[in-house]
Amino acid sequence: MQAFTTHKGIVAPLDRSNVDTDAIIPKQYLKSVKRTGFGPTAFDDWRYLDPGEPGMDHSQRRKNPDFVLNREPFDRATILLARENFGCGSSREHAVWALTDFGFRAVIAPSFADIFFNNSFKNGLLPIALKEDEVDSIFKAVEANPGLELEIDLPNQVVKAPNGSTYEFEIDSFRKHCLIEGLDDIALTLEHADKIKAYELAQQEKTPWLFNDLRGNVGG
Amino acid sequence: MAGKTLYEKLFDAHVVHEQGDGTALLYIDRHLVHEVTSPQAFEGLRLAGRKPWRTGAMLAVPDHNVPTTNRAGGIVDPVSREQVSTLDRNCQEFGVQEFPMADMRQGIVHIIGPEEGFTLPGSTVVCGDSHTSTHGAIGALAFGIGTSEVEHVMATQTLLQKRTKTMQVRVDGELGPGVTAKDVVLAIIGKIGTAGGTGYAIEFAGSAIESLSIEGRMSVCNMSIEAGARAGMVAVDEKTVDYFRDKPFAPTGEMFEQAAAYWRTLKSDPDAEFDKVVVLDGTKIEPQVSWGTSPEMVGPVNGRVPDPSAESDPVKAEGMRKALAYMGLEANTPMTDIQIDKVFIGSCTNARIEDLRAAAAVIKGGHVADNVTLAMVVPGSGLVREQAEKEGLDKVFLEAGFEWREPGCSMCLAMNADRLEPGERCASTSNRNFEGRQGQGGRTHLVSPAMAAAAAIAGHFVDVRQA
Repeated sequence: MQAFTTHKGIVAPLDRSNVDTDAIIPKQYLKSVKRTGFGPTAFDDWRYLDPGEPGMDHSQRRKNPDFVLNREPFDRATILLARENFGCGSSREHAVWALTDFGFRAVIAPSFADIFFNNSFKNGLLPIALKEDEVDSIFKAVEANPGLELEIDLPNQVVKAPNGSTYEFEIDSFRKHCLIEGLDDIALTLEHADKIKAYELAQQEKTPWLFNDLRGNVGG
Repeated sequence: MAGKTLYEKLFDAHVVHEQGDGTALLYIDRHLVHEVTSPQAFEGLRLAGRKPWRTGAMLAVPDHNVPTTNRAGGIVDPVSREQVSTLDRNCQEFGVQEFPMADMRQGIVHIIGPEEGFTLPGSTVVCGDSHTSTHGAIGALAFGIGTSEVEHVMATQTLLQKRTKTMQVRVDGELGPGVTAKDVVLAIIGKIGTAGGTGYAIEFAGSAIESLSIEGRMSVCNMSIEAGARAGMVAVDEKTVDYFRDKPFAPTGEMFEQAAAYWRTLKSDPDAEFDKVVVLDGTKIEPQVSWGTSPEMVGPVNGRVPDPSAESDPVKAEGMRKALAYMGLEANTPMTDIQIDKVFIGSCTNARIEDLRAAAAVIKGGHVADNVTLAMVVPGSGLVREQAEKEGLDKVFLEAGFEWREPGCSMCLAMNADRLEPGERCASTSNRNFEGRQGQGGRTHLVSPAMAAAAAIAGHFVDVRQA
């Protein structure tokens, strides 16, 4: 996983609440069996005027000139700013892959849906929840100064604006550690393999019906 | 000390190891797998040279991409075909049991889990699909995960989890005639909002929830995620125990009784404390119709499309204006004046046998209205389809002008060929009315199976109690 320590970049204002993962990456692109290549179709229905299908050359499609990510300088943005409940709906991690493939390193919103929030950390995308009035003030600052760059400092849990404003944010300490180090969860968990096996042995006595396996053996 | 909630009991019973900061390694008993969110996880295992920890805890089925017509002809779309055959190959390579497309037991992953007795009370259930919350209806701790977590569960049979907050949603009182589980959950989402349950596990309780069948409770728990909660659940009672008496993978004989004795303990203690309690009066819930592009944008069928100018919160008002523009609706229009083009009865929310019976009961004798260009019924599984045909429901639907399809997710999310065209308006028993969900530019109204059937016959929304 790509590590995250500090990042400075242009902020793209997406002034919508309840941005769902269907909007971030529509269903037709979920047919891919890969983790990459979702960037050109991020926000497909809002970004293009013509319908898109997998396998198309998306650079040849008609772009919606009104959509924020099609406008200079937001097409180079690396920080996405949105309203409450960002990433609601489907569990598709493709939504996170679409944002990172587009170039985003962080999303700032007043709140996030749980599954999207979780998926972000697995891919080095930092979801930052700020207070509603703080998000609102960043929207206003970006409106006054398109191209405004924010600086995110994860070790110190703070977002800095060019005018000197700072916004502190909360983050779970374990997630922060994994993100800064770019750690692989699975390798970490497998350090506890003995404990998992011990749990399984104990449970086979307590709830044997859950170990009446369909096929194969218990234990890795 | 206060007693434990059902969520806490289920969570505590599955903790393998706990870190000082409260992050727990949670053991996963049942892992459901489908073709859309698994290929990158299998590939991850392959690249790291890892094997699944316990293939016996996994069951795979293709559902999102499968065609609902002419199964014998295979999948026409080459990209969809590749995704389904990738699942087949991965399951073969890693030794995972799969119900492939041609299997009689194939169906929507959340329909076949309980139907097979693969997901059981007291188990932890995950799937790379947000509607995994469905299985909470049987007293399981069930929630959706992303593909990285799918790979984590495959490789370790565990997940890193922190305890969430707990919310009790209590619906008391007798539901009126024509008011179904779907109306109850839509009313709940309308009340608490689409982010109302974010950060919580919801336990649905109260006499109205207890009065629902296990299938009805599944419809309610299914849509927990539409209220923001990853997990929704209902306490075990005798209906739950009886539901598993004849399921293929459920325990039998003495072991069944042993399991049942444990299952009966799966309820919140009387003195358990929830972080939040929401109460609804079940007697006041009316048949619901959604009018916007978020499941919280919903109201009673006898109401009107709301007016954004009456909304005091400017962000909310702007959201409503965007939704009405997308939906092609004017504020203050009576819901029953809204004409529809298509009807979809199906999805993991409402494609079980009781849903089909409820729809058929409304249809009997009537015919799909002339302005409705397509009305389709997509059973949730091959076994649901077979049961419906035994009862003659297929004939009721066909004679009324509905199409009777093969099982799958179908037009709930339109990954297969079943979709809305731009501007088309659909009465749908599915779970999401997001922009483009049922096809780019399509307009979705969420309703119960009975309400969808009534709308199909009338050509517009009607109060099923007067249909």
